[in-house]
Amino acid sequence: MAPILQVKNLQHIYSVGTPFEHVALNDVSFSVERGEFIGIIGHTGSGKSTLMQHLNGLLKPTSGTIELDGKSIWADKKTTRQARFRVGLVFQYPEYQLFEETVYKDIAFGPKNMKLPADEIDRRVREAAGFVGLSEEQLEVSPFDLSGGQKRRVAIAGVIAMEPEILILDEPTAGLDPEGREEILKNINDYRKAKNATIMMVSHSMSDVARMADRLLVMSGARLMMDGTPDEVFTHARELLDMGLDIPEITHVFMKLRQMGLPVEPVYTVEQAVSQLVRLKGGNVHA
Amino acid sequence: MLKDITLGQYFPGKSPVHLLDPRTKLIMLVVYIVALFLAVSWISYAVMFAFLVIAIAVSRIPLKSIVKGMKPLVFILVFTGILNIFFTTGEKELVSFWGIHIYWEGIVRAFFMMIRILMLITGTFLLTYTTSPIALTDGLESLLGPLKVLRLPVHELAMMMCIALRFIPTLIEETDKIMSAQKARGADFESGNLLERVKALVPILVPLFISAFRRADELATAMECRCYHGGDGRTKMKLLRYKGRDYGTYGLGILLLAGVIVLRSFGL
Repeated sequence: MAPILQVKNLQHIYSVGTPFEHVALNDVSFSVERGEFIGIIGHTGSGKSTLMQHLNGLLKPTSGTIELDGKSIWADKKTTRQARFRVGLVFQYPEYQLFEETVYKDIAFGPKNMKLPADEIDRRVREAAGFVGLSEEQLEVSPFDLSGGQKRRVAIAGVIAMEPEILILDEPTAGLDPEGREEILKNINDYRKAKNATIMMVSHSMSDVARMADRLLVMSGARLMMDGTPDEVFTHARELLDMGLDIPEITHVFMKLRQMGLPVEPVYTVEQAVSQLVRLKGGNVHA
Repeated sequence: MLKDITLGQYFPGKSPVHLLDPRTKLIMLVVYIVALFLAVSWISYAVMFAFLVIAIAVSRIPLKSIVKGMKPLVFILVFTGILNIFFTTGEKELVSFWGIHIYWEGIVRAFFMMIRILMLITGTFLLTYTTSPIALTDGLESLLGPLKVLRLPVHELAMMMCIALRFIPTLIEETDKIMSAQKARGADFESGNLLERVKALVPILVPLFISAFRRADELATAMECRCYHGGDGRTKMKLLRYKGRDYGTYGLGILLLAGVIVLRSFGL
């Protein structure tokens, strides 16, 4: 199957020709298959946010191309505008963009801009609210009366209501409590399953991306340093740490165990860790 | 991008102009403006202009950034020029059409007015380009100090100004972010008629105001946590002290003012 999104030799330089010139992306290439869940990791200033804003045409590349279904998103004005709707982008702390009088109206902002018929807008708003677990009554209250976690969900619903084929989220769980984080991650997964959507998620929580993503992109110093399954990426624990990135806590624990001489394999999720420990324990009992 | 606007932005540097006491620079600006309005002839304008050019050269502010800062003012300049050309009467009539008479005096006057505004603004830019907002408010607070006797809350005003200046870049950044986010939801700021464009601003202004209030609240709490309670009994870590170069600059200022007044008394 042809990839839904293809990024080729993407380069972006901020403030070209001024003393503040700064290369934010350097020769980044990758492709994304339909339905994939991709985690993007990299420390602050590694170019993650710049990359994301290119994928839906908010930023224009200095050089290189971005193709959606084989067609450059900068081919013409209409295609660029279409890319905004086909690639949904949820910024960091999206709750600070809410502005409407009611939750319903705020979620409807995107679909309205798409010039959809009224009944379609209504269907999408209710469905999006359902994905993020907002009740019917909550649709009619002011978004400013909600709690922080609920506001975040309203904002995410606002993007989901556009039914993007690719949903990109910049640290959707930042600043939430563990319960709130789990719920948001579950909401995202629900949407992905229901619409066979592609998800790209930037996160600083290595355990989250290790658990959720099929594939990881590692950004460092404006370049794409690694591209592979969590298995492949986390075997390079040393390199990741050298880049100033972290590895899942459980991977840390198991690296320590290995140093202490226990015969364990490197792991990156709690499930893998459990099965390893069970195996180890079983082995000991039988010996 | 919004980030590119420069309106009285500070250019850090170590030039003699940068190192002057902010009070000196403020008073010099006032002296300069007074002199500018007293200047009536080509000669006195030339003197003023030379003074300005030397000051810019010494400050090492790139001319490009000064010119860039002028751009938003082109309209006012052109407007002033046109007004003066059409509404000044004199003796030497150049052209007249549809009952409008244009005199040589009008053109001269328009030219002087435009030069005056241009030099006035450049002088102000020189102050804000070479003085950090904090130093500027410090200087203002110190200069306005005597007004405390009249129960004017000088410290509070200076603090308000300082905070306002400090938050301009923050709010610009915030606006950029909110604009991107609403664009990602298909908001369109570039097309449509005037009414539609004004309406399109609502999704930016509402979050911007909310975030400004939130920031103000947070800042107030943070200040209270550090026992801020206005200016009473508050001391400064960096006291403003005049140095040799400040007295020298004042001397130059007096010379400039005196020179322009003398020239004026000779009708020049």
